[in-house]
Amino acid sequence: MLENRRFVIIGFFTLIGIIYLFRLFYLQVLDESYSIESSSNSIKRVIEVPFRGQIYDRNGKLIVYNTPVYDLLVTPNKVKVDDTLRFCRVLGIERREFDSLVNAASSYSRNKPSLFLRQLSKEDFASIQDIMVDYSGFEFAKSSMRTYKGATLANTLGYVSEISKTQLAKQEEPYYRQSDYIGQTGIEKIYENELRGKRGTKFIMQNVSGVYKGAWKNGELDTMAVAGENLYSGIDIDIQQYADSLMVNKVGSIVAIEPKTGQILSMVSAPTYDPNILATRFFSKNYTALYRNPYKPLFNRPVMASYRPGSTFKLIQALIGLQEGVITPNSGFTHANCPIGCHVHPGTPTVALGVTHSCNPYFYNVFRRIIYNNKISNTFKASAVGLDDWHDKISKFGIGQQLGIDLPSERKGNLPDKKYYDKIYGENRWKFSNIYSLSIGEGEILITPLKMANVAAIIANKGYYYTPHVIHGIGEKKTLKPEFAIRHETGVAAHNFDPVIEGMLGAVEGGTARRSRVEGISIAGKTGTSQNKRGMDHSIFIAFAPVEDPKIAIAVFVENAGSGGQAAAPIANLIIEKYLTRKITNKALEKRMMEADFMKNVILPAPPKPIVKDTTKRRQGIPMVPIEKPMPKVINWLKRF
Amino acid sequence: MEEGKPITKNVDWMVVLIYIACLGIGWVNIYAAVYNPETHSSIFDLSNNAGKQLMWIGTTFILIICILVIDYKFYETFSFIIYAIVIFLLVVVLFAGSNINGSRSWIKFGAISLQPAQFANLAVSLAISKYLSDPAISLSRKLKDYYPILGIIILPSILILLSNETGSMLVFASFAIILYREGMPGFIPAIGIISAALLIISLLYDSWYIAGAIIVIAGIVIWLMPVMTRRRGGLVATILIAFVMISIVFGVDFFMNNVLQKHQRGRIMVLLDPDSDPRGIGWNVIQSKIAIGSGGFTGKGFLQGTQTKFDFVPEQSTDFIFCTVGEEHGFIGTAVVVTLFILLISRLVILAERQRSRFARVYGYCVAGIFFFHFLVNIGMTIGLMPVIGIPLPFFSYGGSSLWSFSVLLFIFLKIDAQRPFTLSRG
Repeated sequence: MLENRRFVIIGFFTLIGIIYLFRLFYLQVLDESYSIESSSNSIKRVIEVPFRGQIYDRNGKLIVYNTPVYDLLVTPNKVKVDDTLRFCRVLGIERREFDSLVNAASSYSRNKPSLFLRQLSKEDFASIQDIMVDYSGFEFAKSSMRTYKGATLANTLGYVSEISKTQLAKQEEPYYRQSDYIGQTGIEKIYENELRGKRGTKFIMQNVSGVYKGAWKNGELDTMAVAGENLYSGIDIDIQQYADSLMVNKVGSIVAIEPKTGQILSMVSAPTYDPNILATRFFSKNYTALYRNPYKPLFNRPVMASYRPGSTFKLIQALIGLQEGVITPNSGFTHANCPIGCHVHPGTPTVALGVTHSCNPYFYNVFRRIIYNNKISNTFKASAVGLDDWHDKISKFGIGQQLGIDLPSERKGNLPDKKYYDKIYGENRWKFSNIYSLSIGEGEILITPLKMANVAAIIANKGYYYTPHVIHGIGEKKTLKPEFAIRHETGVAAHNFDPVIEGMLGAVEGGTARRSRVEGISIAGKTGTSQNKRGMDHSIFIAFAPVEDPKIAIAVFVENAGSGGQAAAPIANLIIEKYLTRKITNKALEKRMMEADFMKNVILPAPPKPIVKDTTKRRQGIPMVPIEKPMPKVINWLKRF
Repeated sequence: MEEGKPITKNVDWMVVLIYIACLGIGWVNIYAAVYNPETHSSIFDLSNNAGKQLMWIGTTFILIICILVIDYKFYETFSFIIYAIVIFLLVVVLFAGSNINGSRSWIKFGAISLQPAQFANLAVSLAISKYLSDPAISLSRKLKDYYPILGIIILPSILILLSNETGSMLVFASFAIILYREGMPGFIPAIGIISAALLIISLLYDSWYIAGAIIVIAGIVIWLMPVMTRRRGGLVATILIAFVMISIVFGVDFFMNNVLQKHQRGRIMVLLDPDSDPRGIGWNVIQSKIAIGSGGFTGKGFLQGTQTKFDFVPEQSTDFIFCTVGEEHGFIGTAVVVTLFILLISRLVILAERQRSRFARVYGYCVAGIFFFHFLVNIGMTIGLMPVIGIPLPFFSYGGSSLWSFSVLLFIFLKIDAQRPFTLSRG
């Protein structure tokens, strides 16, 4: 009988075996929760941040690049510092900072390295690297910081900063993650996709303490980080910085364009700031200071500020008049029967002389003829039809439109049409006598400095333009965006430009801008004086040179600086001379313009706050808490705040 | 004729093949468990556990040859002497033992450390077999015949407990199997299993539900009972049993909540529910389940495991070696190992049943029971079905003492079995 118990025993063994097999089948095959993706704690995804693309100027000089900086990491378990006081002195921190940093790191992990100090400059790194060998538990990790060449082009280039919560939520494809950097404005924003490159993903194995143990599957699933594409800009950094120096203590804009290509040579938005202050860890403090500054340094004036073009607009009126045939190059007008006053100047029997002397009644009459250039006898209806006709022709110069430059927030300005005045006065309740200020670029018309520079380029090209652009080459192949290769025609015949250009030459040689003429360079220019409600007139000048083979077209706007010949024309002509010859003959004029202070004329609402500059590079040690004090080398026109 | 025959002819080759398969798979998995992808150390490198295990396997083969050469009567004759020697070593180790991992259970012979506790199984098996080889002893009739057996087991148990090797002591529970085979009434192991199950259930579920379930089951039993049985006291007996069971359930509940301190309660609960303490004792079980579970059906491939390397699973090459099999070879690997063990143990039972002497049969059952207990607890704990008790998986786990003791245990039986055709029945 007892022998039969062996069946019970073998049965029991087999039963346990079967239970175990079922359990294993459940754990290994049926239960997904243990699969490698969901619960593996040994394999970690590591993101490799690619290098952001660099930006070059037209002569191959780097203007935006990445500076290697060093983050100091600490592994609390390995820390051995015999002389803490000396250690703190070397790093330029205080004892209690040391303790709190080590404690903060410990609370994250005692075995994994965590951030101790961030963004140490190369110089700091070099000075403490040797000493750090004596202290265990500390290591350096390479990182990079966006760096801009000098205090220039701030609004054009823009800045990068940590992505905001709203940006994170709004992104169309889920690419960015928290604490990623993203281009926030300017070129950095527009070319974000090209600049950012491709993130790499590495799967690494780590042991239970989080210590690196090699690549998973020998890196089969890893993707390499691809550096962002470099951008090639048409900016001439030397001219840019020269233009900056001329705009010190002034509010306004300069836009210089290469007429044949539409490349931007220089773009000043004054006052400006050092874009590097937004690349540091003091970003939010500095940004707030800039944001609160009453001169609005963050406002990108060349594309966002709208002004009345003043007399510079007469050029376009003359061109349209000639093209329409309402005047000939030899048409002459006197001051008689004109509601607009004028200054005393020689007679204006030709278009050229009308431009040279910027005669108001002359262009009042031109505009009158353009508007009434139809067969309608009712002056109200004739004005309406005439204005829309005129509107269409002016539009071809890019006025009242977005040109489509590769910068964010470009403004249209305002080019009034029939609808616009119907809204103000009612349909058929207005006529030429209500709108004649348009003839001399006053009244309701508003235009940005960029568009005015483009007008100068159109005249230089005698009739066409390429959309102005900052970046003409993307990546190794220097690809040009297709929209920048399209030639836009204005519909004005080339021969109609000749009398206008002749008048512009006269304006610089002996007319409104004669005080800033440059020996040996044929500059065609036109001054403008823009009336505004707040204080003095804005000084405007547009020009191109040399007339025989235009290389540069420029528009200069200086706010509250008086007439065009006083500030804008000399500045423009200095830049033209510098660009074409690389030297300045009239040193006295240069000095006067650099020192001229038109900022005091600008009426401000409230006093501004000081700006904090990251002083890391200049200090022996590194401040952990940003110390609020004015930056040591404040850009001089900000010093007066 | 008897002496001239080569021993190899009568050895049970099935057991030997399973044994060699286990050793091979175990050795390769020890290598995988300690393999470091940074250094690419060789499987023959003596500085790692795989290389050392190879050395242990080599010495084990020498031991096996010795066992097969020694006359089979030696083991029966010297059973009590061997028992006495092991007891002596266990005493020595208490006073002169080297302290490794918090337990004073190791004796050092130069570079080699041995754990006498590992050989206690062998000694107790031989002693029990020798004692039961007396045909006058009957476990089904005389209670006093149990006392010497209890003595044989309890003496080394106390010594092992004193040297902090609780796991090795629990293995003695496996002798219940041979006692059952040799005549212990069936209700004793049944009561044991039922009370263990009841204990676990009452810790996991609310006492009132269990009580209700017991009453329902008792009602069904009474209803199904033949009328005669019911009249002859079956009714009273069933009600009595149900009452005792319910008392146990509430007793356990009371004990847990009112007698034990909070931290003691936590320690017991974590055995049943590792998730209640994922960073502490539960850590091993959770990590072990992740490792095995992440292997899937076919596994990650040889040396491709990630959980079992990098110290996520503790004691990977020793007590948790089964995780490496599960992670790298998947369900296929684990099924092969489980099947190998069930085949080995069942084969040992069949071999034991064909013995002519009672000594040989009892010893065979002891060996099968010991292997089964290790299999049950070791694999059970890695898949979360058993509490974590630190005992090795025979032939798989790294370690010289355990490999030697399991091999000696097994091959003594194979030697005795090989001599079976030439022995006379005494039992």
